Amino acid sequence: MMRRFVQSPYAVVLVLAIVVAILPLLLPSLFYLRVAALICIFALAVVGLNLLIGFAGQVSLGHAGFFGIGAYAVAVGPTHLGIPPWLALIVGAIAFLVGRPILRLRGHYLAVATLGMGLLFAMVFANESAWTGGPDGMPVPRLELFGWRMAGPWTWYWIAGVTLVIGAWIAANVIASPTGRALRAIHDSETAAQVLGIDVARYKLIAFVLSAVYAAVAGAYLAMFDGLVTPEVAGFLRSIEFVTMAVLGGLGSTLGGIVGAALLVLLPQLLTVFHDYEHIALGLVMIVVMIFVPAGIVPSLASLLGWRRS
Amino acid sequence: MPEFLQFAFSGLTVGAIYALVALGFTLIYNASGVINFAQGEFVMLGGMVTVFAHAAGLPLPLAALTALVTAVVIGLALYRLAIEPARGASPVTLIIITIGASILLRGATSIVFDKNFHSLPPYAGRDPWIVGGAALLPQSLIVLGGAAGIVAALWYFLTRTLTGKAVLATAANRLAARLVGINTNAVVGLSFAVSAAIGAIGGILMTPITFTSYDSGTLLALKGFAAAMLGGMGNPLGAVVGGLMVGLLEAFSAGYISSSYKDAVAFLVILGVLFLMPQGLFGRSGVERV
Repeated sequence: MMRRFVQSPYAVVLVLAIVVAILPLLLPSLFYLRVAALICIFALAVVGLNLLIGFAGQVSLGHAGFFGIGAYAVAVGPTHLGIPPWLALIVGAIAFLVGRPILRLRGHYLAVATLGMGLLFAMVFANESAWTGGPDGMPVPRLELFGWRMAGPWTWYWIAGVTLVIGAWIAANVIASPTGRALRAIHDSETAAQVLGIDVARYKLIAFVLSAVYAAVAGAYLAMFDGLVTPEVAGFLRSIEFVTMAVLGGLGSTLGGIVGAALLVLLPQLLTVFHDYEHIALGLVMIVVMIFVPAGIVPSLASLLGWRRS
Repeated sequence: MPEFLQFAFSGLTVGAIYALVALGFTLIYNASGVINFAQGEFVMLGGMVTVFAHAAGLPLPLAALTALVTAVVIGLALYRLAIEPARGASPVTLIIITIGASILLRGATSIVFDKNFHSLPPYAGRDPWIVGGAALLPQSLIVLGGAAGIVAALWYFLTRTLTGKAVLATAANRLAARLVGINTNAVVGLSFAVSAAIGAIGGILMTPITFTSYDSGTLLALKGFAAAMLGGMGNPLGAVVGGLMVGLLEAFSAGYISSSYKDAVAFLVILGVLFLMPQGLFGRSGVERV
C-alpha cells in the first residue's frame, strides 16, 4: 500500500502541499519564512528544468537567461511600458523561437549553445542601462491585486508555495502523459525514438518551452519578492546553480529538484558559520554527494528504502 | 590599418590563452569523456602561485616551476579523489563534480593567498615594438611563442612517442586500448596532469598582461569551453583554431563595435557556426548506436 502510494507521481504533489501548508507553523521567525519562500521560488525553476534535463535529457547551461527575462519583465514592463507583470510569460514565445534552432544541437554542443544564449540575455540586461538600470539593476514596482499590495515574506511565501505545488502537479501530469513517455524515449535514444515515430524536435521543444516558462515565473517572483533586480539574476553562475540543484537532488525526480533547491539555498546560510571556508565547504559537499550518490539524493534514498520501481 | 593590426595583436594574445584552455578541455575529454570545468582554475593557479612564490623571494623561473608542479599535483588529485571514484556516473554528474572542484579550488586559493588582483613584471622588457603602426608588447610574443611551443610539443608527444600513442588509442576506443595492454587509468591520469600543466603555463605566461585573481578561472573556463566546442569537441587542432578565433572576434568587436558587447559577438558567431555545422568546425559527425 505504502509502496504503491509512494510510486504514484501525484504522491509527491500531495506531500508537497502538506509540507507547504504546515511549514510556516514550524518556522520560528520571519527570517526563516523568507528563506522558505526563496526555496519555493528556486524549486519552481528547478522543477521545470528537471523536465528538460531529467526527462528529455537535454542539458541547458543558460536557463538563468529565462529566469532573468522573467525578472526584468516585471521590472521593465510596468516601469517603462505600462504593461502588467504578466508580460513575463512572453518568455514562452521567446523560448519557442530560440528553442527551434538550438535544440537541433546535441549533447555538449547544446550545452554551449544554451550557455551562449544565457550570456547574451545577461549582457543585454547589463548594458542597456536606459531600460534596465545597467549593472546596478533597477527597482521592481510593487504589484497590487484588487487593492491588495503584494509584499512581505508572508505574502510571497504563500504565492511561491502554492505556485510550486501547482507547478509540481503540472509536471506530474506531463510526466504521466504520452508527452512524458515520449520525452523519456528521447532521453534513452533520439534515433530509437525517431524510429518509433516520435516527433523528436517537437517534444524537445515542448520540454524546452515548459522549462523556460517555469524559470521565468520563478524569476518574476524573485524580482517582485526582492523589490530589486540586477543582471546577476541571469548570470552564468545562476544557470550552473540551477543545474546543480537538479543534479544534486536527483535528475528525473520532481521531489529531487525541490530537495536540491532547498539544499543549495540552505547550505550557504548554514555555511556562513565557516566564514571564509564557505566556498571550500560548498565545493566539497557537491563533490562528495556526487561521488557517493551519483543518481542524486532523492532517487538514491528511494532505492535504498526499496520504494523505487526497478 | 594600424588599428586593425593592433586589434589583431591583442586578439591573438588572448586567443592563444583561450586555445591553451581549450586544449586542456580537449585532452581530458578525449581520454575520459569528462568536460572539466575546473580547467580555468589551473590557469588561475599558474598565475597566483607564481606571483606569491616570487613575492616570497623565489627567483621567477623557480616560482614558475613551483606553480607548474602545484597545478599538476592538484590536477592529479582532482582525478584520483574526485573523478575516478565517480567512474561510470552520467556526464552531467561528472560536470557537477568538476564545477564543485572549481568552487573548492577558488575558495582554497582565496584563503591560502588573498582576494586581490595581482600581476607580474613582464619577462622581457616593457617597451613595445612598433609594427606597421601598431604597438606589439614583447610579452605578447612570449605568450604566442609559448602557446605555439606547447602545441608543437603536444603534437610531437601525441604522434611520435609510444605514451602519446597510448593516449590517442585510449581516446579512440577505451576498451580496445585496454585489450592491447594499455593502462587506460594511467593514461587518463596523465591527461589530467598534462592538461593542468598546459593551463598553468598559460597562466604563467599571461599574468604580466592580464592580471590574475582567485576568481579569474571561471571566465577562462567558459571561453575555453566555447572555443573547444567551436572547433569541434575532441579535436586538438579545432581547439587551437577555436581559441584564436574567439580571441580575435572579441578583440575586433571590442574595437570596431562595442567593448561591452564583445562577448556577445563572439557567442553570436559561435551560435551561428553551430547552426550551420552542428559538430563544430573540425568535428566529425558521430553515429548514434541504438
